[in-house]
Amino acid sequence: MKKILEINGLVTSFILKDETIQAVQDVSFYVNQGETFGLVGESGCGKSATCRSVLRLIRDPGKILNGEIIYKGIDLLKLTDEEMVNYRGSEIAMIFQEPMTALNPVLTIRKQIYEALKRQKLSKNDMEIKAINLLKKVGISSPEQRLDNYPHQFSGGMRQRAMIAISLASEPALLVADEPTTALDVTIQDQIIKLINNLKIEMGMSIILVTHDLGVVAQMCDRVAVMYAGKIMESADTLTLFSTPRHPYTIGLMNSIPHTDKEHGKLIPIEGNPPNLSNPPIGCPFEPRCRYSEEICKTKEAELIEIGEGHKSRCHFIDKLIDVKGIIEK
Amino acid sequence: MSTLNYIMKRILQIIPVMIIVTILIFFMIRLIPGDPVTVLLGEKATPEMVKLLTIKMGLDKPIYIQYLFFMKGLVTFDLGNSLHYKIPVFDLINKRFVVTITLTFFTVIFSALISFVTGYMAGLKKDKIEDQIIRMGALVALSMPQFWVGLILLIAFAVKINIFPVGGWGTTWPEHLRAIILPAFTQSLMTAALLARNLRNGVVDTLKMDFVDFARSKGLDERSVKRDHIIRNALISYITLLSMRMAYMLGGSIIIEKVFALPGIGALMIDSIYSRDYAVIQAVVIIFAVIVITINILTDIAYSFLDPRVKLD
Repeated sequence: MKKILEINGLVTSFILKDETIQAVQDVSFYVNQGETFGLVGESGCGKSATCRSVLRLIRDPGKILNGEIIYKGIDLLKLTDEEMVNYRGSEIAMIFQEPMTALNPVLTIRKQIYEALKRQKLSKNDMEIKAINLLKKVGISSPEQRLDNYPHQFSGGMRQRAMIAISLASEPALLVADEPTTALDVTIQDQIIKLINNLKIEMGMSIILVTHDLGVVAQMCDRVAVMYAGKIMESADTLTLFSTPRHPYTIGLMNSIPHTDKEHGKLIPIEGNPPNLSNPPIGCPFEPRCRYSEEICKTKEAELIEIGEGHKSRCHFIDKLIDVKGIIEK
Repeated sequence: MSTLNYIMKRILQIIPVMIIVTILIFFMIRLIPGDPVTVLLGEKATPEMVKLLTIKMGLDKPIYIQYLFFMKGLVTFDLGNSLHYKIPVFDLINKRFVVTITLTFFTVIFSALISFVTGYMAGLKKDKIEDQIIRMGALVALSMPQFWVGLILLIAFAVKINIFPVGGWGTTWPEHLRAIILPAFTQSLMTAALLARNLRNGVVDTLKMDFVDFARSKGLDERSVKRDHIIRNALISYITLLSMRMAYMLGGSIIIEKVFALPGIGALMIDSIYSRDYAVIQAVVIIFAVIVITINILTDIAYSFLDPRVKLD
């Protein structure tokens, strides 16, 4: 399969006056043409920073310090700012987490869709037709009237739909969806996920889906990477990851999913908190919270090694986990 | 509610406000010790002369009758005669308003130009050297007393280098324009500093918003991002502040007018209070009230255009 995006050794840090927060530390992964790649982890693990790095939208004082982001054979990090503009929108688009803040409150939806259509150099009439079609596609009723609404006249779910419509307006080949459903209530979440999935199939896009919801991953992703403290802990295809997780953190995440069946009556949370990224530990960042940890974990971090076909894990004691079963069966 | 309905409603609201303003000003100036007759006649006036003039001016009548006369004049747009200058108040104010309006106009232009460039730059370069210099400059501008700045500028640009007149208003428009530059610039410094800070903070806050990054993620060029997203949002509070300052300036700046010997409304106001020229004080205060209210209405309307989340009702 052809890779549309390949990230190698990405390092993104936020350089503050008296500390440097290493949000993304040596992250590498790739996304195949037409697939949905999931990026999972808890808040603050560097998922969003990774996403924003792909579009080079890291805000000051953040900086991409190292690595390659190769999109269709071109390293985006080597482009000038002006050249990068050509890749945003028409090649790589992004859906933001917060539909409440990602739309400009003082511009109409029409104007905000038109901005995304600007590069296509359409006539006024064609732009309008296209904008209406886009709103229709994302399930906004009476789009003709809605076009001249302002974001505050939309509900949260509708804003997220509008944002998706805007992101798709420029027909991107790769869509980066940064927690597209986190800010929405559960019934809307499901609708949005299905919407993105349908649009992906219809438009033949590739997607990077960032989420902390393993249910969404199972539903949508072809392959997954689990991030923790700015690093990838485990990556595999979705089925493998869910059936045979081989990293204590992944296992912890799966145990903390609520179940409705009686067997798992109680949630098993992961005790403790993620490490401070301005002063990361020398050993494994998950060590203080890990039930399998031993002395070596405190001083030496494991490499991300291949343990099966396309299955990588960053743990010294993979053999201890050999009998651990995931939440689905292969 | 349509904008037109809204304007009508606001105009109707002016009436009670104005009635309160007239009552306050009418009775308050009469609380000041001293009366116009003694001021006019001087210390050597005989009681007979005082009595005669008091009757002539209608000041012997009960105060509520005087108020009713005043109100009657007001609704027929007759502001009465100046007790001091013996000419219709309207004629007195008329010319002076031209001075104050010209001064305000140029002050607003200077303030907007200076503050837009500096505030915008400081916002974009938050915490960098440019921002620090501009913030420092704003602080200095706010700390300097206006009369002192005015005097320094007069010494520099009117006395040492003779490009502007030392004071006065002149008689022709080219003279007026030359005369207004220094006072307008002096007056603009403080407003420019306030506006620059406001715009800087607006830009800094807007830059943090997701919609700016979302706009970029669409592939929008940086120029459009700045114009339609950053500036557009940062301007909302900037415009409000500017119009509030403008209303304030139209009331006449006493200090500026005194320093630059401009025959404006502010100077007239002070002189009228000294001479207990009731008719003039009342007229100026009422006109000022009307201006403030009008500008407030206009600001609210402008605000609703700038920020669609604001509803007029």
